[in-house]
Formats: sequence, C-alpha cells, structure tokens
Amino acid sequence: MQIKSVTFTSRPDLSAANKFSTAGNAQQGNVHQCKSQEEKSQKKLVLGCGALVYELVELIKHNPLVNQVVDLHCLPATLHNTPQLIAGEVDKFLSEKGADYAEVLVAYGDCGTAGALDTVLAKHQATRLPGAHCYEFFAGSQQYDDFMEAELGSFFLTDFLVKFFDRLVIEGLGLDRYPELKDVYFKHYTQLIYIAQTNDADLQEKAKQCAQKLGLEYRYRFVGLDGLRPVTKPIMQPSAFSNIESAFSNIEVNYV
Amino acid sequence: MSEQDDDFELSDLDDKELVEQIQDDLYDGLNDEVFEGVEILLARNWDANDILGDALVGGMKVVGEDFRDGILFVPEVLKCAGAMKQGMGLLRPILANSAIDLSLGKFVIGTVKGDIHDIGKNLVGMMLEGAGFEVIDLGINNPVENYLNAIDEHKPVVMGMSALLTTTMPYMGVVLEELDKRGMRKDFHVMVGGAPLNQEFADAIGADAYGRDAARSAEMASSHARSVKAC
Ligand code: B12
Repeated sequence: MQIKSVTFTSRPDLSAANKFSTAGNAQQGNVHQCKSQEEKSQKKLVLGCGALVYELVELIKHNPLVNQVVDLHCLPATLHNTPQLIAGEVDKFLSEKGADYAEVLVAYGDCGTAGALDTVLAKHQATRLPGAHCYEFFAGSQQYDDFMEAELGSFFLTDFLVKFFDRLVIEGLGLDRYPELKDVYFKHYTQLIYIAQTNDADLQEKAKQCAQKLGLEYRYRFVGLDGLRPVTKPIMQPSAFSNIESAFSNIEVNYV
Repeated sequence: MSEQDDDFELSDLDDKELVEQIQDDLYDGLNDEVFEGVEILLARNWDANDILGDALVGGMKVVGEDFRDGILFVPEVLKCAGAMKQGMGLLRPILANSAIDLSLGKFVIGTVKGDIHDIGKNLVGMMLEGAGFEVIDLGINNPVENYLNAIDEHKPVVMGMSALLTTTMPYMGVVLEELDKRGMRKDFHVMVGGAPLNQEFADAIGADAYGRDAARSAEMASSHARSVKAC
C-alpha cells in the first residue's frame, strides 16, 4: 500500500465557530462577517512530502484554528527516490494552487534537489523546513551530525519509513526482486537508527525487525516532532483554540 | 529486452547475433549468460578489447541511456553492472597481459568525505575501465589527504570525485582549493559527478568537467586522455 496523495482540508465547522463567537463578544454579527473575509485572505497552505503526512496531520489536528483555513496537501512519498522530480512537482502544484493562499509553508528539506527546490520556493514566495533532509530536521542538525560523527555507516528510519519499510525500502531498492543486492547497497553500513516521532512499542518492534532484515545493529532514539515546528508554528494559534479538534476532521488519504 | 525463446544455445549464434545477445543478457542482468557469451567469443579468437567494447560497454551504454530516460531503475542497473562485472572478470587478466598498451592512463576516483554512497562511482569506474583507463578506486568517505596521496603515488591523467548528498558536495570545492593552493591543477583533469550536481555547480567550484552519467563521463575522460597522449 502506497500513499499516492493526501489532501487534507480543514474547514472550521459551524459548532466550532459558534463556540468561538459566543465566547467572544457581543458584536457577534460583525465578528462573523469579518471572519469570513479574513478566512479567505489568511488561508494558508502546508504542502508536504507524503512521508510526513501522519506527523503533519497530527500537529495540525492538535492545534486547529477557527478563524482561518489551513489546507494540507502531500505529494507522493516515493518522490524521495527520484529527487530530480521534486522541484518540478512542487512548482506544478504551487503554480496551480499557490496563489489561493496567503502563505505557503513547504514541509520538505532540500531532499537532494541541490537548491532547485529553493529556486521554485523563491518564485512562489514559500518557505521550507531548514536542513538537508527529514532525518536531519527530525533529529536536529546537531544530533544528526553527532550520529554521523560517531558512526558514518548509519541508516535512519522515521516512523513513516518503519510503517512502510517493505514498500519504500525493500521494494523501493528492489530487494524483494533481487535480495542479493542487499550487500551492494548496505556494505558500508553497520547500524540502523530509528529516530522516532512517537513512542510506540509496536513500531519499535517492527524497526528491530527492519534492522534484522538489513543485517544492521539496531539503535533507538526518540526525537519527537519538534523538527516540523518551522512549518507548523505559523499556523498555530493561541491555546484558547486548541480544544476544537473537530474542525480538522475532514481528512482524505488516497492509497494506490 | 530479449524476446527470443530460452531454449537455444549461445554457441549456435553467429558472431553478430552473439554480441547482440550478450548485450541483451547484460541488459537483463543475467550473469551466467554474459559470462558464457564472453567465453564463446574468446574461444572464437575474438580480441578481448573488442569483446569489452562491442559486447559489454556497448550493452552498458544502452543501460545508461534507459536509466537516464527513466526506463530502468537503480536495482536493474545494479543487476546489469553485476553481469558486466562477470564478463570483465574474464577479460581483465587477458587485457593486463596484452602486448599492446591500450591504456589511456590512470583515473583516480573516490566518494568525498562524509558520504558513503558509491553506486554511481562504481558504475563510472566500470565504464572507465571499459574505455581503457586503469582505475584507482579510493572507495568512500575520502578526506582531501586521500586524494593528494593517490595523486602523488599514481600520477593520474584524471581525478574524479563523487557526492550524492547536498551536505557533502561542497567538500569537492575544499579539495579543489587545496589542489589550487599546491599548484597541482595543471598536472591532471578534475571531473566531478553525482545526482545532485550540475554543470553550474561544477563551474562554481572550478572543476574541469562535470560527468552527468557513466557513459558520457567515460567519453569525456577518454577524449581528454587522448588529447594529452597526442601532445
Ligand atoms: C541508492 C540510494 C541510497 C543507498 C546507497 C547505496 C550505496 N552503496 O551507494 C542507501 C539506501 C544505502 C542510501 C542511504 C542513504 N541515503 Co540515499 N539515495 C539513494 C538514491 C535512491 C539513489 C542513488 C544512486 O545510487 N543512484 C544511481 C546511480 C547510478 O546514480 P548516481 O549516483 O547519480 O551516479 C551517476 C551520475 O551521477 C554520475 N556520477 C556519479 N558519481 C560520479 C563521479 C564522477 C567523477 C563522474 C564523472 C560522474 C559521476 O555517473 C553515475 C552513473 O551514471 C538517491 C536518490 C537519487 N535518485 O539520487 C538517495 C539519496 C542520495 N539519499 C539520500 C539520503 C538522505 C540517504 C540517507 C541519509 C537515508 C537514510 N534513511 O539514512 C542514507 C545515508 C546515510 C549515510 N550514512 O550517509 C538523499 C540525499 C538528500 C540530500 N539532501 O542530499 C537522496 C537524494 C534521497 C532523497 N531524496 O532524500 N541511499
């Protein structure tokens, strides 16, 4: 099962909006009118890599906004293996949809595009996560460098890669068809480091099995979701709104 | 690629058909068949260098083009490279003992410091060997000292650096600066390559050439080596 694209569109539902208005002030009518105009002009887009979809949904879900709309759209995670296509795909999407938004936040690192993604983002006045790739921004640059300094032969897995290991790593590298290629790919690797976004015993067990499949030593480090803050912070709102999760119940995930 | 039935003997084919069949088998990553095909051509007194050029390098060129055009992917390319290695294994000792020196000179190649990706580098090395270079492979994760030592020891015609990470490609610039400082840039050509690189980057760090893929890199290196030989 592979995630083809995910369109997650948040719409403030009526009950949530009412809660907000009644808790607000006496000029309810004005507040409403103002808000609908603001909604349009303040609409923000998070355009992300499919490999980050669960984390993005999670973060946005827990920090919903009432008075503005945030759309989340993810491109296929398989683009990871063809980075030369990433900038073009992002450009295509933003050329079609970017103008509808007040701000575009892109949940990608450089991801091997060697600056091509940054050129596209500059054109659309969008910003992205700092760092070279998701392993770096999840672990944090310092910790990532420390890992590499300690053992260059480290292969990293995130929650997403653990969940879809067979599809993205085993099939992605053709190891299902040609298991003998394992040594060609991993001969210089000694350990697998699972840098975990969530504390999940099942995933840890699965990650151990992934390490076994690749013949690598297993290491675990919980790193959480802090790495995504640069993208999610601008769409966060004061904690007063954080109980209105229902506003973000409309999630559509398409699998192929 | 091959659409022929499996039940035929390679030895029944005439030379032209056999060369084409070896190319097809190489494309399909069939180690044993490529090995057998090369053996048969050798038994028919084919020159080892012609087998290398016509059957193996010829086959790998098609593989490279189809990889570039998105028809073949990394795993398939690796299978093809494995098959080419089988054939080369047979030819290498013969070429090494050959009376005529067809060598284009030495090519020192290595992945730069901090990077352990080596698939592309290995493919380039293989095509360079096929083109007639003596390839000195420094492996992965090479600090500038490794390149300097290898240059001292081997006096290459070309030195090549590979990088697959955007965080490691700037290190190529560090190596080039060091070579500049030591006034060594006139002695040999420096080629750079790796998926995230492009001509613009190669120009910016002052490399002599950027190699987009293995076949093109081998052609560029060969024409440089020939021009040096001619002088
Ligand atoms: C295969 C692969 C791996 C394999 C490497 C196996 C090996 N032994 O090399 C494995 C799975 C082990 C791997 C690991 C990692 N990888 Co990796 N990997 C790739 C992948 C999918 C393909 C690279 C490849 O081999 N291509 C095939 C060869 C034939 O092409 P090539 O290398 O470009 O070489 C050709 C030309 O460039 C040229 N060339 C190459 N070198 C040279 C040199 C000279 C002198 C010349 C003239 C020409 C030349 O000719 C070659 C032949 O045609 C790329 C994505 C991509 N499509 O580029 C990611 C990619 C490079 N990896 C990436 C990452 C992040 C990693 C990891 C950190 C992931 C992880 N989960 O831990 C680790 C690295 C950890 C570490 N310790 O360093 C990122 C880098 C992102 C960035 N910002 O730089 C990429 C871009 C994927 C992505 N989009 O995120 N990887």
